Amino acid sequence: MLTESFAVAFTILLTIATSLPLGRYMARVFQGERTFLDPLLLPLERLVLRLTGIDPAESQDWKHYARSLLVSNVVMWLCIFAVVSLQKWLPLNPDGIGNLEPTLAFNTVSSFTTNTNLQHYSGETGLSYFSQLFAITFLQFVTAATGIAACVAIIRGLGGDRQSQLGNFYVDVTRATVRLLLPLAIVVGALLVWQGTPMTFEGAAKATTLEGTEQVIARGVVAAEVAIKQLGTNGGGYFGPNSSHPYENPTPLSNLVQTWSIAVIPMAMIWTLGAMLRRQRLAVVLFATMLAIYLPMVGFAVAQEGAGNPAIARLGADQSTGSMEGKEVRFGAGLSALWGVTTTVTSNGSVNSMHDSWTPLGGLMPLVGMWLNNIFGGVGVGFVNMLVFIVVAVFVAGMMIGRTPELLGKKVEAKEMKLASLALLWHPLAILVPTAIACHVWATTPDPGTALGWLENPGPHGFTEMLYEWSSAAANNGSGFEGLGDNTPFWNIGTGLAMLFSRYIPILAPLALAGFLARKPTAPETAGSLRADSATFGFTLWAVVVVLGLLMFLPVAVLGPIAEHLALGSF
Amino acid sequence: MLNEVRKGILFTAVTMLLLGGGYPLVSWGIAQLLFPAQAEGSLVRNRSGQVVGSRLIAQAFTRPEYFHPRPSGVDHNAASTGGTNYGPSNPDHLKAVGERLDARARLEGVSPAQVPSELVTASGAGLDPHIPPAAAALQAPRVAQARGVPLERVLALVRAHTEPPTFGFLGRERVNVLELNLALEEL
Repeated sequence: MLTESFAVAFTILLTIATSLPLGRYMARVFQGERTFLDPLLLPLERLVLRLTGIDPAESQDWKHYARSLLVSNVVMWLCIFAVVSLQKWLPLNPDGIGNLEPTLAFNTVSSFTTNTNLQHYSGETGLSYFSQLFAITFLQFVTAATGIAACVAIIRGLGGDRQSQLGNFYVDVTRATVRLLLPLAIVVGALLVWQGTPMTFEGAAKATTLEGTEQVIARGVVAAEVAIKQLGTNGGGYFGPNSSHPYENPTPLSNLVQTWSIAVIPMAMIWTLGAMLRRQRLAVVLFATMLAIYLPMVGFAVAQEGAGNPAIARLGADQSTGSMEGKEVRFGAGLSALWGVTTTVTSNGSVNSMHDSWTPLGGLMPLVGMWLNNIFGGVGVGFVNMLVFIVVAVFVAGMMIGRTPELLGKKVEAKEMKLASLALLWHPLAILVPTAIACHVWATTPDPGTALGWLENPGPHGFTEMLYEWSSAAANNGSGFEGLGDNTPFWNIGTGLAMLFSRYIPILAPLALAGFLARKPTAPETAGSLRADSATFGFTLWAVVVVLGLLMFLPVAVLGPIAEHLALGSF
Repeated sequence: MLNEVRKGILFTAVTMLLLGGGYPLVSWGIAQLLFPAQAEGSLVRNRSGQVVGSRLIAQAFTRPEYFHPRPSGVDHNAASTGGTNYGPSNPDHLKAVGERLDARARLEGVSPAQVPSELVTASGAGLDPHIPPAAAALQAPRVAQARGVPLERVLALVRAHTEPPTFGFLGRERVNVLELNLALEEL
């Protein structure tokens, strides 16, 4: 256990340390300053912009920026819908995989366009190599870049002084893709192949085992997809069981590379903000506030999974290595728990163990990660979600000291508060209401187990499976309690819609908010102003995030994981 | 608006070619050039060149003369993988674990408390190629007896195939079951 804790601490420290230079690099890229990779990557950026017909000098106000974002996303959605619906007749299909049926195609395309990567199909049997590359891998780059672009535009809005321009969407998206994600993905992909992740266009391998039976081993263009799935907080795996599959994540070293890849850009984004706004102290306060939520979650999950399942202990097996159902020997309970928390706070959603089989309270941590969805968060969108809480914290603090709320010297007024409230309230609404509907459908269907086939587990755990699915869709996370039989029209269409609304409302409302703030004059800060870059504000923000972000979910947490925990103790 | 749609289509087309086509090709080129064996799936061949499996993918071993891997939620089917997704309180799950525990304790002639939980729980993908050293040591007497070789030689083989944590702390100590069984054949 001590070694495992050391490995967990080492992974986190390494990621934090490397996020600093990466954040500074990103700030230089988005401010158009020179970087050491320019000779290699600048020509590629210019080529993409020229072929697309973008004038890099053209700057957009928030409405224009939002329009470009939406239109490009609609076009991509339609193209990819065509690809997965026609893959049977497209090239690169050595295993002869058929087309996705319409509701599954709707779900899959919405899932990947929104950077969610919830998968109701199973990779190795659901998609052809062509779809894996031209649909999935392609979207894993551009949707991540879209989130980063939105974040960069919002940062510009926060720093603006009586201006309305937030930058150019296509320039930002291209820079995020070509100068950040692409080089990182190539390096990470090569490291993964070195460790054993396949990268081949050959079909499945056939082996004759030592005991003389035939074994068919699915493989494919795995490494390229796994690299960008992690770096872009996408999470959609090549194989059904994601990074618990020994081909996706063969060794502890590949596990380190992937855990790093999940968190490093979301962490770096905070330093980018500090550099772009020239407020390094603010970045430190935000980073520390996030760490003060992330680290206790990791510690708690590691302890829960390390302690094992009391029911299995009662059966008498030696459980000294922790709860190992759904976990891999090479990672152990500790690194599996670290991954599970990291992948859910960051809206990544890849897994290296099956969350459905975690201990009840351990499994509560991934849920908490998705309910908050702003602790480092998805690439770009993590800070965008946190901004909403920052605005609310500023408002609350302003009320307490009896001053007009100000954020970075700009007055926060009714219009901004309404937008922040919309984004803030949407998230619990998109989780709790559909969960209630799903429970209602389950409760009113005669013999639901056979008629619906949704839940593999009875009791409170079955409830948690449904709750997890909606949390994952609304947080654009994509992980699952995979015991849920989710490839049905109800779940395909329902979570498809949830993902779409939960992607665009929490991006567009803060973008508008930033657009409004940018137009306001920046008042010089005085001794009486509330400074966002102070420890006091960090503590206020921490409290607002924990109280507002989690209190609404307390009842469902009690009904699901906590009830199961209590039941498990009393067997 | 029309101009906006045109940009959207052009951008999609250009980046789709670059990221769906160019990027995987570059990745594939690097992989095939530097690490061809891993890129093809770390396949293991026997003396006559026949593929007997992948060193990364568990295969079912049931005979007494082999070390057995962890249970699998998918019967070690490497073409359609997955975990059991059983929740910790699921009665079906606990019943299955209890049955495996009894069967394993009987097979190895030990008490249930000596059976590492890894041998009675299924892994995430159902293809975990490793078992902990304790789970290999537990099986060694049965394997030695079935093969008619001294226990000490089998235990020495287990020790030789025990991989330490990377850098001494990353990941767990483990034994690759397929490689261990291949080495047994050479005894």
